[in-house]
Amino acid sequence: MTPAEIKEVILDILEDIAPDEDLSGLKEDVPLREQLELDSMDFLDIVMELRKRYRVQIPEDDYVELSTMQSTVKYLAPLMKDLQKA
Amino acid sequence: MPKDFLQGARDHYDCVVIGSGLAGLTAANTLARSGQSVLLLEQHYKLGGMATWFKRPGGHIFDISLHGFPFGMVKSCRRYWTREIADSIVQLKNIRFDNPMFSLTTTFNRDDFTRLLVEQFAIPAATVRAFFDTARGMNFFDDQSTTVGQLFERFFPGRQDVIRLLMEPITYANGSTLEDPAISYGIVFSNFMSKGVFTFEGGTDRLIKLMHAELLRSGVDVRIKCDVEKILVREGRVTGVRVNGREISARSVVSNSNVKTTIFHLVGKEHFDRTFCQDAEAVRLNNSSCQVYMALKPGEELDEGLGDLLFSSTAPLFRTDLLLSRNVTSRTFSFYYPRTRPGSNRSLIVSSTNARYQDWADLSAEEYEASKQDLVETTLDALAKYVPDIRAKLDHAEASTPLTFRHYTKHMEGASFGTKFEGLAVSRAIPQQIGGLYHAGSVGIIMSGWLGAMNYGVIVANDVDSWLMKTGSPQTSPTATVL
Repeated sequence: MTPAEIKEVILDILEDIAPDEDLSGLKEDVPLREQLELDSMDFLDIVMELRKRYRVQIPEDDYVELSTMQSTVKYLAPLMKDLQKA
Repeated sequence: MPKDFLQGARDHYDCVVIGSGLAGLTAANTLARSGQSVLLLEQHYKLGGMATWFKRPGGHIFDISLHGFPFGMVKSCRRYWTREIADSIVQLKNIRFDNPMFSLTTTFNRDDFTRLLVEQFAIPAATVRAFFDTARGMNFFDDQSTTVGQLFERFFPGRQDVIRLLMEPITYANGSTLEDPAISYGIVFSNFMSKGVFTFEGGTDRLIKLMHAELLRSGVDVRIKCDVEKILVREGRVTGVRVNGREISARSVVSNSNVKTTIFHLVGKEHFDRTFCQDAEAVRLNNSSCQVYMALKPGEELDEGLGDLLFSSTAPLFRTDLLLSRNVTSRTFSFYYPRTRPGSNRSLIVSSTNARYQDWADLSAEEYEASKQDLVETTLDALAKYVPDIRAKLDHAEASTPLTFRHYTKHMEGASFGTKFEGLAVSRAIPQQIGGLYHAGSVGIIMSGWLGAMNYGVIVANDVDSWLMKTGSPQTSPTATVL
């Protein structure tokens, strides 16, 4: 998967998690929490969905990497480079 | 021959979940949706744990713990259960307080509490705002040494009336006191204050029925009347359970039993290291409860002005230790109008008081029965202030005590709100002691209540799913390549 595809995957998951939010204007380098109404359960859902859909494991200590879209894609890129987008 | 409640059960599962409280139910459903094989074992003949109900002749249905939960339940039910369950959640708009310090009605959210604190309690708006922001900003990783009492003293020094308004409902919701860590209060209080208090339309029986159906759709093997005798451990790893005399192997076990029961009875302390056992021993259980269930005659109505929840007290001051006394001065009344169960013509009232197990455990059979009857009579007397003709309208009344809670849930000392704060760390540390063993249930105050228990079930399911994947799952092909 390319970084662009990983971003699409994250947006896809966010759409399920926050169906009422408008994701079109999401800023890459601003924490997701400041732009969307996300709580810690929402971030856990992102982790669970990534494991369910792509068998990607994110240890609890690395949850901080999911702060912005930019940091999330950067963190996931090496983990997901050999996977095909579903 | 007695019925075999495990008939047709397999010999092996990815995960066995012990107990079907909201944490166990939600963990089981989440794991099954992730593709794990799950066996759910419940010792009672009904699912739900403390999320339960009972029926009495004449068609009365009493809810035990459906008193009001935060709005967060909508999101959790939509995500971890079904749209139908989430769509049945409705707001309780009339929350009342009546005590010697003040009487008021509120929607129990930040806007309305701000209005009350400023207008009726004469607190500066800036102080109220700072308090709400501080409470809302609290999270689990913050300083744990500040107590609830100190938090109140910082913002509202000497204001016993304000403390009563802010604390009494939370004490009833989760048994917490002014000595508990401020963060546990801040998290729970802010959850409620975000939008108010909500309930489940159709009652607990309908909720559990819908959850049961969803568990089956997700592929969970659900078994009632299956009392787990032992969690099996070999060489530091969980290997399965012994239940109804049969051994079933599993790569992981989630216990939704009380955390201390899990460690000391189901597993046995010989499997844990000494420091951990000392920490577990030191975990304080939360208090238990007494309840009085009152059903009106069919068609008899209650004035909706009574409110949905009424925090009533005749005690001149608010003291959390007094709330536990058998000399009851404070009660929370839940009023259930026919709209609770659409189509019904029944009105019911449940009175709840916090209580100590020890106060009820050592009574003789006669004393116990007499005390229960006394509890019913004194509750009806107290209720007469609000429903003057209650005795004439009444069809059925009975009481439950800490012994009743212990009997049905097998919780030590009938604990009705899990453990104090330190229980959470012990619960979270179990998998480091025994690979594949997890605990999910009411611990640490913040994981208590319907929403806390449900979300904790998801958090633990995530850990279990991760463990199952790490330790090698039989289904090896990643979803991504299958699709």
